[in-house]
Amino acid sequence: MSGKPRLTYLNGRGRMEPIRWLLAAAGVEFEEVYLETKEQYDKLIKDGFLLFQQVPVVEIDGMKMVQTRAILSYIAGKYNLYGKDLKERALIDMYVEGIADLMQMILMFPFSPPEAKEKNLDSIKERATNRYFPVFEKVLKQHGQDFLVGNKFSWADVQLMEAILAVEEKIPAVLAGFPQLQVFKTKMSNMPTIKKFLQPGSPRKPPPDAHYVETVLKVFQK
Amino acid sequence: MSGKPKLYYFDGRGKMESIRWLLAAAGVEFEEEFLETREQYEKLLQGGSLLFQQVPMVEIDGMRMVQTRAILSYIAAKYNLYGKDLKERALIDMYVGGTGDLMGFILMFPFLSAEDKEKQRAFIVQKATSRYFPVYEKVLKDHGQDFLVGNSFSWADVHLLEAILMVEEKKSDVLSGFPQLQAFKARISNIPTIKKFLEPGSQRKPVPDDKYVETVRRVLRMYYDLKAN
Repeated sequence: MSGKPRLTYLNGRGRMEPIRWLLAAAGVEFEEVYLETKEQYDKLIKDGFLLFQQVPVVEIDGMKMVQTRAILSYIAGKYNLYGKDLKERALIDMYVEGIADLMQMILMFPFSPPEAKEKNLDSIKERATNRYFPVFEKVLKQHGQDFLVGNKFSWADVQLMEAILAVEEKIPAVLAGFPQLQVFKTKMSNMPTIKKFLQPGSPRKPPPDAHYVETVLKVFQK
Repeated sequence: MSGKPKLYYFDGRGKMESIRWLLAAAGVEFEEEFLETREQYEKLLQGGSLLFQQVPMVEIDGMRMVQTRAILSYIAAKYNLYGKDLKERALIDMYVGGTGDLMGFILMFPFLSAEDKEKQRAFIVQKATSRYFPVYEKVLKDHGQDFLVGNSFSWADVHLLEAILMVEEKKSDVLSGFPQLQAFKARISNIPTIKKFLEPGSQRKPVPDDKYVETVRRVLRMYYDLKAN
């Protein structure tokens, strides 16, 4: 066994992508197993590999971790991306949970029916520009530091960076009213581990396409 | 200011109930402000106390915390209900993730159409008995200890008891195939802080009724039905 964390998921973003981001940001190399067929997935369940019969699952430090948040919290804790005390952890948790709500809308988008897509896109834009981005714009403006929490790189910064890029893919000019976030995005992009993750050939997955949606529906069909 | 945590939410379970459970289990007294009108909610919004314009919000230790999981994690850690190290915390996080998903199905229940309610009830019971309860039954059976993680009372135990009671409200004999969970339920219910919370007159909220649904819809202007799973 290589000792590297091993991720089992579909060959696409979905709920595993924030985990890929966080491991990459922490400079941790990992392996991936891709689910392509229903049979593979059924076998994982039958073999008792998936605690709640769901992916993501990440084999790390002798555990088969499931539940996206649990996995992310563990990685953040292990690699010192979770603040220096309980109060910083509270801030990080609030920020990443808020961002996760925004990312959930993007996650579900490819699976919405064609007639709902325009409405959903408008919702994403509305939420990003009226609810979520203003919060982080204000946080950065008020303390004038490079990072969201405690003047130190944390899980919250990685999560926000991922969200900014994901929303920009849908709404290219979305950062127009957010000068702090524009600067933040540039700074994050230049951090060595993130820079590497943003280059072609990294484990970062492309935006979901029709083939990805098809695979999800096929693998998880009842 | 009393120094006690103060909870801002509707006078009902919703997303705040798990927080009430955990504070109560930890023996922490708390105050509540109930949202009854749209005006109250807008006042909170305008005052900037809701980071993402949402409740639950809990004033605790000089912070205005939002996001249910963030609040629960903070309380768990502060009151030593989060395991002794990173690995125990990982287990607790996984377990509360599962019970959280299960309770999520129940959370939306009052906001479903009458037709979808029946469908959802069956869905909840099916998931509880085939996906979630078997996991906790096995955990308890395998280690034979009183508590889910590290032989020590934790957030995971509180959350599981809350979930069990909620599912039982939908199907009273749902624990019939789960002897470990039956014993667990009895044991945890007898812990003094929990026993107190389960008595009438505590801050535990009742099963959501029409008045609760009406209040939430009115305050949040949420007039559509949610969809069943």
